[in-house]
Amino acid sequence: MAEKKKKKNSFAQTLYKNRVAYVYIAPFFILFAAFSLFPIVAGFGLSFFRWDGMSAMHFIGVENYINLFKDVLFWRALGNTLLIGIIAHIPILLGGLILAYILNSKLVKGENIFKTIYFMPMVTSSVAISIIFQQLFSNNYGVINWFLGLFGVSPINWLGGDGSLIKVAVITMFAWKWIGWNMVIYLAGMQGISQDVYEAAKMDGANHTQTVFKITIPLLKPIIVFTLIQSSIGMFNLFTEPFILTNSSWTGGINNGGLTLMMYLLNKAPQGGTAYGYASSVAYVITLLVVCFSVIFNKWSSEKDDTKKRRKAA
Amino acid sequence: MKKIILYIVLGLIALVMLMPFYMMFVMSTLSTNQIYSFPPHLFFGTNLAANFKSMMDQIDIVRSFLNSCIVTFAYTGLSLLFCSMGGYAFATYDFPGKNKLFTLLLGTMMIPFTAGIIPWFMMMSKLGWINSFWALIVPSCANAFGIFWMRQYCQNNVPVSLREAAKIDGCSEWTIFFKIIIPILIPAFAALGIMQFVNTWNDFMTPLLILRKPAMQTLPIALKSMVSDRGNDYGAIMLASTCAVLPLLVAFLCASKFFMSGLTAGAVKE
Repeated sequence: MAEKKKKKNSFAQTLYKNRVAYVYIAPFFILFAAFSLFPIVAGFGLSFFRWDGMSAMHFIGVENYINLFKDVLFWRALGNTLLIGIIAHIPILLGGLILAYILNSKLVKGENIFKTIYFMPMVTSSVAISIIFQQLFSNNYGVINWFLGLFGVSPINWLGGDGSLIKVAVITMFAWKWIGWNMVIYLAGMQGISQDVYEAAKMDGANHTQTVFKITIPLLKPIIVFTLIQSSIGMFNLFTEPFILTNSSWTGGINNGGLTLMMYLLNKAPQGGTAYGYASSVAYVITLLVVCFSVIFNKWSSEKDDTKKRRKAA
Repeated sequence: MKKIILYIVLGLIALVMLMPFYMMFVMSTLSTNQIYSFPPHLFFGTNLAANFKSMMDQIDIVRSFLNSCIVTFAYTGLSLLFCSMGGYAFATYDFPGKNKLFTLLLGTMMIPFTAGIIPWFMMMSKLGWINSFWALIVPSCANAFGIFWMRQYCQNNVPVSLREAAKIDGCSEWTIFFKIIIPILIPAFAALGIMQFVNTWNDFMTPLLILRKPAMQTLPIALKSMVSDRGNDYGAIMLASTCAVLPLLVAFLCASKFFMSGLTAGAVKE
């Protein structure tokens, strides 16, 4: 008994002795526990209940998840999100790498001007961008159809029609926004690679293509993985662009062509409806997908390192 | 020859990147009839004054601008304070459980916030924070990445002996922090602050859920409220978009190096 008391006292004493440091770090841990940890844990619990936010909660086991996987709209939202995200990753990865490579090659001047211009979308409100693109993609009056018309293409109903072409607009905006960010990061990574490595490769008789694929890309791999994780999180959070393009439609416009996972979630609760339990299960499925993608990308980056090490050892 | 081709490629892409901005400026000086005409007007018109009047009739742009400023400055300021306190403590103090707590902090960065979004919203409504700026400022203002970033900076720039010397001179802990440590941290504040500022200023999803009263709207929400299914006055909408975009864009163009290093800080400084 006495020992317990003593222990308690010493704990209080340590707390008191280091009170300054604990006070400094307290805001983070308190706010995190209250506004992140608690909702995340509660969300997991909530996903097994039926609840409209007002009346009593009903425990229904995994029924929310079963209903979710049975819902055609969920699969459409998932399909749309992945389709938009995966296609948009081609220009932002390849384009970002190529642009960074050109600027890094010192063949052209004005590196900072180009960097600044390509980076501009990153500081711009995505609502404003979406409103502008809505006009650019407009069927009868849009600049894009006018431009295509110069080459004899008849006007395309991007945002109307059967609703599938809206994805082209969203992909364009996604790529337009992220390409500069990727490029700036890749460029910083390339500039961090020591010139010695390139010179050594040159001495060994490596040609241009070999240097790019055997030196630059492998050395950039951790940075490429970082940008992939960031932009795939951006992909799963995709909401503003299709939402504004469809004039604030919570169901993605015509034939749900612009329905994304985030939109599907918010439309269940708290925006569109009050299916709080069901929405929680949607949130957990999205989270699981994000975690899966991150784990896969991280695995991919460390795996290649292993083979390199093994090769070195052999 | 090769050089010329490279310049043309870079220039064309730059043109594509700039075109939406240019069209936004152009359309904010056109009447809606001119915007709804074919071929599109590609040069500035004379309807700016009328668009301005129409915009003022539709939304309270001054109020929205102020709301955006309040949320963004409050969030950025509070976040810089808490992150620098945390980072400073982890970098220069020795206390029991330090390493475990820091590992825990890094671990929290792996958890996506989406998982808790529904209970989070319920909490906000229970606290009476719907239609209140508190919901946008308080919950995430002490963030793990900021503390991690500040700790790195403190480790390289704040010697532990500095605090001991100041203590001998009779300074209290708070005086040391505000008078001595914070001035050293200003460069780190700039980078982290820019990141927080840009993200908060442009945030759409959280304010959309929280701020439902017109008087509380931030700029992106006010912008969204101007767009409906039919009868949109696009000249006025474009002018409002310009108002929302221009402040940050000008700041970015003036200090683009600062912005780019701030916003990409997480990637490059490892």
